[in-house]
Amino acid sequence: MNPFKRSPFVIAAAVFVYTFLYAPILILILYSFNASRTNVTFDGFIPAFSERVEMDGSLVKASPCGPFHWYCDLAKNDDVIEAAGNTLTIAFTATLIATIIGTMAALALQRYDFKIKPFSQLSLYIPIVIPEIVMGIGILTLFSQAFGWLNNAFNLTGDARLALGIGTVTVSHIAFMVPFVTLVVQARLQGFDKSFEEAAMDLGANEWTTFRRVTFPMILPGVLSGALLAFTLSLDDFVITFFTNGPGSTTLPIYVYGLLRRIITPQVNALSTVWILIVFIAVLLLQWLQSREAKPAH
Amino acid sequence: MLQRLRESKSMQGTFLALPTTLWLFVLLIIPLFLTLIVSFGQRSPDGGVIFSFSLDNYIRLLGYSTDCPGGQASCFDPLYVNILWRSLTLAFNTTAVVILLAYPLAYFIARAHPKRRNLFLFMVLIPLWTNFVIRVYAWMMLLRKEGAINIVIGWVAGLFGIEFTPLEMLYTPGAVLVGMVYEFLPFMILPIYTSLEKIDNSLYEAAADLGANAVKTLLRVTLPLSMPGVVAGTILVFIPVMGTFIVSDILGGRQVILVGNLIQRQFLDARDPTFGSAASLILMVMTLIVTYFYTRKFGFGEEIVAA
Repeated sequence: MNPFKRSPFVIAAAVFVYTFLYAPILILILYSFNASRTNVTFDGFIPAFSERVEMDGSLVKASPCGPFHWYCDLAKNDDVIEAAGNTLTIAFTATLIATIIGTMAALALQRYDFKIKPFSQLSLYIPIVIPEIVMGIGILTLFSQAFGWLNNAFNLTGDARLALGIGTVTVSHIAFMVPFVTLVVQARLQGFDKSFEEAAMDLGANEWTTFRRVTFPMILPGVLSGALLAFTLSLDDFVITFFTNGPGSTTLPIYVYGLLRRIITPQVNALSTVWILIVFIAVLLLQWLQSREAKPAH
Repeated sequence: MLQRLRESKSMQGTFLALPTTLWLFVLLIIPLFLTLIVSFGQRSPDGGVIFSFSLDNYIRLLGYSTDCPGGQASCFDPLYVNILWRSLTLAFNTTAVVILLAYPLAYFIARAHPKRRNLFLFMVLIPLWTNFVIRVYAWMMLLRKEGAINIVIGWVAGLFGIEFTPLEMLYTPGAVLVGMVYEFLPFMILPIYTSLEKIDNSLYEAAADLGANAVKTLLRVTLPLSMPGVVAGTILVFIPVMGTFIVSDILGGRQVILVGNLIQRQFLDARDPTFGSAASLILMVMTLIVTYFYTRKFGFGEEIVAA
């Protein structure tokens, strides 16, 4: 019996589900080249050189960017640039901190016995079993109560007043990212051969040298895939950001959501397409890291 | 101090775990307690919170109303109970549809040639990591009256010479269901794949040798052994569907209000954080109860981390 034989039903179902997964994305990309500004129907690609008159009499000027008109438009949109900057700043800062403290916690939970260990381990599962909106409004309540109290107690006024912004978003992102980093690194540590470390110690290396030269290089692929996972979670987050952002800390998902409730031009599609491209590259990188991790260390 | 840290293994462990534990305590556990406290409070005229101990918010959620059409002192107003019930049934329906779609695909990938498995998995990850909001937007474009689905149906109808008026699909409960299924499908595919992939090929061979046909093998071998994946996937789908408000907001318009929308509006438009907190705790309790009974029967597998 051929172990890879599958029934036609399974293959048909797989084709159907892949179509279901990809059709919306492909339509989204197609409309990013739409000549129609209202983006309701697809009016063909934007001409590169000639001008043409639309059905309603309005004139479509040829764009110097040709079919990529909306992408050029996007690059000139200050709101998008600012939102992209915020998104990346938050993601980088939060990933750095979450990776460091998450890896430390993974080492502690895997290698040491201490009093608060059961509590530490259990708290990692909170973001998995509790709906994100519950965490979001909880964190919002915490910040608004704490800031209200602090602003009053220290008579903070004007710019010194504590308020929601990039800082609160970053701090909140770290909270839901850390458990993922810790769980990924913990999984890596579980399959860890301790004899390498014992050999290093036998050869006279102290604990710090052993960690730096043996342990860390061996868990590094796990740490990196944990970091990349955390980074993508931060880029992608909507709900927690929605409740913790303030003026000037709009991220891309929040910006797109705002647009969806108002007027939509193909610019949103162009933005989405760029995003999908970046995600494509990031996932490719993650896969590559994991395939390296799967191979035995030299 | 430093000397003691160097000698005590237990202190080193505490020191290493402390930043994470503290962070999660301050930003996840304290907020949950705060939400509980606020839910017993009352709304102040400016939309703030007056701390007190009152069960009014919960009583209101469960249908007690003092604003009655007949002028009685109190009556039953099913508005919020309906919203909770609608969220619960939508989460069950979404999970059921997602399992039906995810299982064959996960099986297809798990039984594919090992060399091609990574490519097929990669193809599941791309939609998964495409931003949540963008994916809802994609369905908005598809489901619109002038959208691609109506164009395709219209074109097919045209081939057969049938008169076709574009369907109103956007802003219906069906649109919200499709959107939810699309959003969370990958979260079911991955854990089911993980548990299917673990099944040793010799088990299929043994089943075939013993004369089991395809249906019997599926029912007696494949399904029971892949249950941990289905359970993990259900948790990863059911919980977020219960709390999501974007899908119903964008694809349901004002027609489909879920408990997520209810909570969101209390914190933004209606400005009654006490009522929003009570609704959010009810939501949490509902998901925890369902998760508890579900995992007690089937266990809480490692597949959840694999996704």
